[in-house]
Amino acid sequence: MPETKDWAAATAAPPSWDGLVALARTRLDPARTNSLARMLHKACPDGPPPDLATRPVRLAVLSSSTVSHLLPAIRVGGLRRGLWIETYEAPFGAYAQDLADPASGLHAFRPEAVLFTFDTPHVTGGLSPRATPEEAEAARARSLDHLRRMWRTARDAFRCPVIQQTLLPTALPLMGSNDHRLPGSRRHAVPRLNAAIRLAADAEGVDLLALDEAAALHGLAAWHDPVWWLRARQAIAPSAAPLYGDLVARLLAAGQGLSKKCLVLDLDNTLWGGVVGDDGTAGLVLGPGSAEGEAYLGLQVYARDLAARGVILAVVSKNDAANALDVFDHHPEMLLRRSDIACFLANWDDKATNLRRVAETLNIGLDALVFVDDNPFEREWVRSELPMVSVPELPEDPALYAARIAEAGDFEALHVTEEDRARGAHYAANAVRAAAIGEGGDLAAYLDGLDMRLIWRRFDAVGLARIVQLINKTNQFNLTTRRTTEAEVNALVTDPHAIALQFRLVDRLGDNGMIGVVIARLTDPGTYAIETWLMSCRVLGRGVETAVLTVLADVAIQAGAHRLVGRYRPSPKNAMVRGHYPGLGFTPLATEADGTETFRLALADYRPGPSPIVIAQG
Amino acid sequence: MHADAVQARLTQLFRDVFDDPTLVIRPETTANDIAGWDSGRMIELIVAAEAEFGIRFTTREVDGMARVADFVAIIAAKTADRP
Repeated sequence: MPETKDWAAATAAPPSWDGLVALARTRLDPARTNSLARMLHKACPDGPPPDLATRPVRLAVLSSSTVSHLLPAIRVGGLRRGLWIETYEAPFGAYAQDLADPASGLHAFRPEAVLFTFDTPHVTGGLSPRATPEEAEAARARSLDHLRRMWRTARDAFRCPVIQQTLLPTALPLMGSNDHRLPGSRRHAVPRLNAAIRLAADAEGVDLLALDEAAALHGLAAWHDPVWWLRARQAIAPSAAPLYGDLVARLLAAGQGLSKKCLVLDLDNTLWGGVVGDDGTAGLVLGPGSAEGEAYLGLQVYARDLAARGVILAVVSKNDAANALDVFDHHPEMLLRRSDIACFLANWDDKATNLRRVAETLNIGLDALVFVDDNPFEREWVRSELPMVSVPELPEDPALYAARIAEAGDFEALHVTEEDRARGAHYAANAVRAAAIGEGGDLAAYLDGLDMRLIWRRFDAVGLARIVQLINKTNQFNLTTRRTTEAEVNALVTDPHAIALQFRLVDRLGDNGMIGVVIARLTDPGTYAIETWLMSCRVLGRGVETAVLTVLADVAIQAGAHRLVGRYRPSPKNAMVRGHYPGLGFTPLATEADGTETFRLALADYRPGPSPIVIAQG
Repeated sequence: MHADAVQARLTQLFRDVFDDPTLVIRPETTANDIAGWDSGRMIELIVAAEAEFGIRFTTREVDGMARVADFVAIIAAKTADRP
């Protein structure tokens, strides 16, 4: 992150929420982090500002050691992502009682996320260096069972996401490199328990805060300091608080779908060494032959791998398009292909303008973009013009570009689905579709020629992860922006009073994967209220909603319904669907004070609209 | 580093930690004299001083820190070889 130019001046007048967010996006040492947390408290003593676009989170931190020095940094980590985090700390040494007692402060707090952070002595204390292999195995199993019990208790009590921090390797070796040969080695118990925690957490739907990996990256000394452990039972050193807070906030933000979706790359001296307009394709530094060429290739490898797990790639470069494309088509060491890039803009317009175009073309928000450019001027310009775009501060040496992007954590994700893995291809195909519309001009004829098939089924276990993901990250085509948990969605699979449908769209150019979710509940005899209707932006403007209503109406009629009630609840991002229900033939019922509108559709009068889409159950 | 120089830099550091740009510290100043100087703020002071002067306090040194003069004496001794 960039340095603040003048901290004293920036903090002299009490800043607004946006001003505080901007400060949180600069480089902060521990003192400034805490200072900013105090400013936040002063500016918003009664809770989050009312018009916040994100959902505030009440986070309970349940720890076996002191964590009060970490809580301000967690709140600042949230602030950095526009997220209000309220924190609660269990009384020292009493997290288990706090969890078990329904009259405790924890239960009164009603957490919406629970983070378990345990110091290594607490979890490995049952292990004796004298233990036999069997005794050691039993001790490790008891520790793991304890964690599992805590997770289940928390989830049963609060029905909220649970996060478990992995163990820091703080135990000292008793033998050395071969400590694993000592059955009761606490040193070796750490990686063994961490591996077991990963498996158990996956089985229980618990997310991890991988502090062991952070320690591998930064060194244990950056995270744990025996002096502070002895002085204040702080298993995590105060100097590590800013980074710790950021790691926690990443997870909470990812849970709300606030992670970035698209990596936007500059070309000259970012994706390759040299300036193609000056040096020509053959004169560029890229690939084997020089360490610098390998460094640029390293960034391409990282971008390709991110794309393989669902991050969209785009290019924004000040270049003649022909020159830029020539490198992609003819440089033998280019790893990224044209088809990997969902939106390719090489022109002489300013980068903020082009980033707006990227967001429009891909139908995602500007706040879903990460912009990578070697040029400090361009980075500053984009930060000032588009503060919602994430712009990692790059070092001078391209060898460090990829690692810096990874460290920024903008793409933090909790799950990966089939759709994620195929996303690059979806967007590339979409670019072809968009180009075809642009050239052909006749949208209706184009859609007719797409051979679209909408395949629907009720919610099921197979689709669960993607359903939860779609519900929690779709912002634009989302009528009510109601978020959910895996447990809630799972309950809908068997709920006889709910119609819960998932939709896939397949066309001539490819399988778009699951693109829509509709949930309606029986509210009165004969009436189903649509509490959730959302669709992926990949399929906007293709008349899919008309076909979805055809399916919903059909299923509702078979369930004995006479009418559907739809709601539009405005959010900062869903203005595009304000006219959704009227457009489908619903009639207005009421408008509430907060702008929420309700509509009804009498099923007796309903006739399916014409659609180029073939419907199939599958 | 001379004690006066140390105290001058400590003043700025205290001002940052206590969010008070006009704060004045004296050798005899203790936690009783500054509003908000609690155990949490003490941690911040120590972490900030270690970063500012590029030193590390020992457990015993931290145990013995009560007055600003204690900070100054320890830091001056640890930075004696610097201008």
